[in-house]
Amino acid sequence: MTDLLAARAQMAMSLAFHIIFAVVGIAMPLLMVIAEGLWLKTREEVYLTLAKQWAKGTAIMFAVGAVSGTVLSFELGLLWPEFMAYAGPIIGMPFSLEGLAFFLEAIFLGLYLYGWDRIPKYAHWFAGMMVLLGGTFSGIFVVTANAWMNTPTGFSIVNGEVTDVDPIAAMLNPSSFSQVLHMTIAAFLAVGFAVAGIHAYLLRRDPDNLFHRRAFAIALSVGAVFAILQPISGDISAKKVAKYQPIKLAAMEAQWETERGAPLRIGGIPDEDAEETRYALEIPKALSFLAHSDFNAEIIGLKEVPREDRPPVTIVHFAFQIMVACGIILIIAGLLGGWLAWKHKKLPTQDWYLRFVTLCTPLGFIAIEAGWTVTEVGRQPWVIYNIMRTADAVTPMPNLVVPFVSFTVLYIFLSIIVFVLMRRHIFLGSH
Amino acid sequence: MLTLELCVAGVMLISLIIYVLTGGADFGGGIWDLFATGPRTKAQRTLITQAIAPIWEANHVWMIVIVVLLFVAFPVAFAAISTALHIPLTLMLIGIVLRGSAFVFRTYDVQSDTTHRRWSRVFAIASVITPVMLGVTLGAVASGTIHVDVESGAVDTDFISAWFAPFPFAIGFFTLTLCALLAAVYLTLETDDLELQEDFRRRALIAAVGVGAMAGLSFILSADGAPTIRHGLGSAAWSIPFQVLTGTLAVWAIWTIWNRQFRLARILVPIQVTLIIFGWGLAQYPYLVTPNLTFSNTAAPDTVLRPVLIVLCVGIVLLVPAFWYLYAVFKGTSQQAGEAVVQVDDSKNDSA
Ligand code: HDD
Ligand code: HEM
Ligand code: HEM
Repeated sequence: MTDLLAARAQMAMSLAFHIIFAVVGIAMPLLMVIAEGLWLKTREEVYLTLAKQWAKGTAIMFAVGAVSGTVLSFELGLLWPEFMAYAGPIIGMPFSLEGLAFFLEAIFLGLYLYGWDRIPKYAHWFAGMMVLLGGTFSGIFVVTANAWMNTPTGFSIVNGEVTDVDPIAAMLNPSSFSQVLHMTIAAFLAVGFAVAGIHAYLLRRDPDNLFHRRAFAIALSVGAVFAILQPISGDISAKKVAKYQPIKLAAMEAQWETERGAPLRIGGIPDEDAEETRYALEIPKALSFLAHSDFNAEIIGLKEVPREDRPPVTIVHFAFQIMVACGIILIIAGLLGGWLAWKHKKLPTQDWYLRFVTLCTPLGFIAIEAGWTVTEVGRQPWVIYNIMRTADAVTPMPNLVVPFVSFTVLYIFLSIIVFVLMRRHIFLGSH
Repeated sequence: MLTLELCVAGVMLISLIIYVLTGGADFGGGIWDLFATGPRTKAQRTLITQAIAPIWEANHVWMIVIVVLLFVAFPVAFAAISTALHIPLTLMLIGIVLRGSAFVFRTYDVQSDTTHRRWSRVFAIASVITPVMLGVTLGAVASGTIHVDVESGAVDTDFISAWFAPFPFAIGFFTLTLCALLAAVYLTLETDDLELQEDFRRRALIAAVGVGAMAGLSFILSADGAPTIRHGLGSAAWSIPFQVLTGTLAVWAIWTIWNRQFRLARILVPIQVTLIIFGWGLAQYPYLVTPNLTFSNTAAPDTVLRPVLIVLCVGIVLLVPAFWYLYAVFKGTSQQAGEAVVQVDDSKNDSA
């Protein structure tokens, strides 16, 4: 394993790990705030129990999110010092704001988790709201930093030196809006369905359990609403990628030739040596339409750039297909649930539907991992698109495989523990 | 002259001080968990857990603030430090991960005494490694062994010799004793149980002696290990009165602990720690990373620093009341700390 590969693998592994906990940290507070709000309104004990149970499970996720995020902020320097020396000041704004959001989140989290009996009811609910805001804004800010890596703006380069830095313009780069929107929705969507799936499973074993019925209702509503919004924001993202990163789009769609009226490919196996994609189901002209709202628009193909400037097509293409597939299944689950509830005027607890939602439990998280793979691997070989290559950003430190293996082992170990604890919490906590 | 980069550097120094006073004490709690002994071993550990649980995540954010400000305002220094000190920083990170996760796993996993003990062990050992590595990093930055070409930002390093030396390790253990002292002093006021209070009084005295010893050793080693700091501490006009002041405070603090004036000790010890870090900052000025990188030659342009300072001001307005509320709720009198015990136990029962 070369040092560059080890560094990339370590970064990818750390991010893929952190994002799971970060997403839970963004979206679980919404579910807790809804449950607690319903308790304040109806005074039904079951809602309070629900908020407390959810908070207890989430506490573990929060802590792991905080420590894995700390690792990331150091890793930016440990692995990519050249990138940070160059980009640090430009993207410092969102990171500074993120720090502020972390503070608010962590302070109010302490109050929320340990303050049930120590602060007034409405103050407690307010603390929950602040945790929600803090988490959501952490995510928003850090994603604008990532968006800048895709569409760098807010500075100029004179003789290889960075000048005229405008941190606000860098933060409001062309990809920020679409990525932030898409990521934030993804968080609520993934967590909504994951929680709904878990309670669906428990409801099948114990159909009359009021606790699980309420939990299922809240989580499914959240999941369904965001599932319906997600393809809209995904379409906005795709249009931005088509405009600013045409080679990434070509890799997502495994499009080799530049052509007008390009088809949308479903499935298919890209062959990077032969430069063609086989066995795909092609929908004529659909890609041109989706990318540029015009059936005959021109789509740039991968062959436009030399091989060393192309991202790994197979990974990006498959990751994109996986994300969209998960998205479609989740929309179906959401629409179906809404329709059943409307038709029967009650919670959709038909056994087959509960089984379906149970199967949806991991899909949102899979889509998130896949979506980030599209964004990050699709940007290769650049770390800052068209400005700095990943290979030029890496640290001179030798033997990077050692920290990579150490952190991987550590994170696998933590994942197992978290899994065991959550299982125990879910199965013992609900009686 | 007070330039923008010095304002940011000042905020970083203050954040470091607050981090040591709050987060450092959380590590100190872990150290005393490791060394919990005697008939009240279990009670000591329980007290530590309750003192840390609601606040450690918030305390820990100071560290992130420091890192973020470092890479925003002094990017070349951030790159140089994280290149040359890759190894101690990585060890520190592993410590941070294990400390935080073992702590919550222990709190939320109350299945059996053996698993509980195992997590305690991990939590405690990680609480020792992390501050040592933090101190090693700070010591190495001060020692003048990280040579950087200011123009290109290239670092001349073999990744080891800059930190694997007596002086950085002396600072590492100095940091460890400071954390232990802070924790022991705070803990005397977290309980109404006089015997428990007496346990932590004894620990505070031991730690205070340790702090004195490590301070002396670090000063001796700095002659070879960190000439810039030694020069600053040894001969600058401000330094002699400053050191006399710090020394007097240290002796006074020990005196108050000895006489069980814990409330006064809880004020004096943090002031003592503040003076130590502040003096170190003054001695190192104008260098950020000795011997090549100063605050001014690594600073980001003013167009970057100005908005960051604005964000910091907004942050203060939002955060001060929030922090005040957090501490008022959980760190009031020891009476309330007693209530927290009951509450944590309750939550364990209804999860079972
Ligand atoms: C629950 C998760 C989820 C779901 C169901 C979808 N996505 Fe997604 N997608 C993400 C979660 C995600 C993500 C993880 O959040 C990404 C990574 C970077 C980003 O901003 O969002 C992403 C990236 C991403 C990108 C790349 C953006 C970039 O590189 O700048 C595009 C074009 C799409 N998505 C499009 C879609 C479409 C058309 C979907 C149709 C259903 C879809 N996504 C479903
Ligand atoms: C918003 C925050 C993010 C930032 C600032 C960021 C930054 C980076 C950097 C600096 C690299 C190394 C250079 C490179 O290989 O391009 C990288 C690579 C990578 N990141 Fe991200 N990333 C972010 C979010 C994510 C998330 C959430 C994931 C995953 C779930 C992810 C997945 C990856 C992958 C898979 C790579 C390796 C790509 C490759 O080397 O082929 N990223 N990212
Ligand atoms: C898309 C990618 C990312 C998202 C959506 C995200 C979001 C979040 C959220 C919501 C939290 C609080 C979560 C919790 O407490 O459980 C968090 C924690 C954290 N994240 Fe990320 N993050 C991302 C990537 C990154 C990257 C690239 C970095 C590093 C530079 C980073 C650094 C941190 C840090 C330091 C924390 C800990 C804050 C604390 O102690 O409370 N994150 N992240």
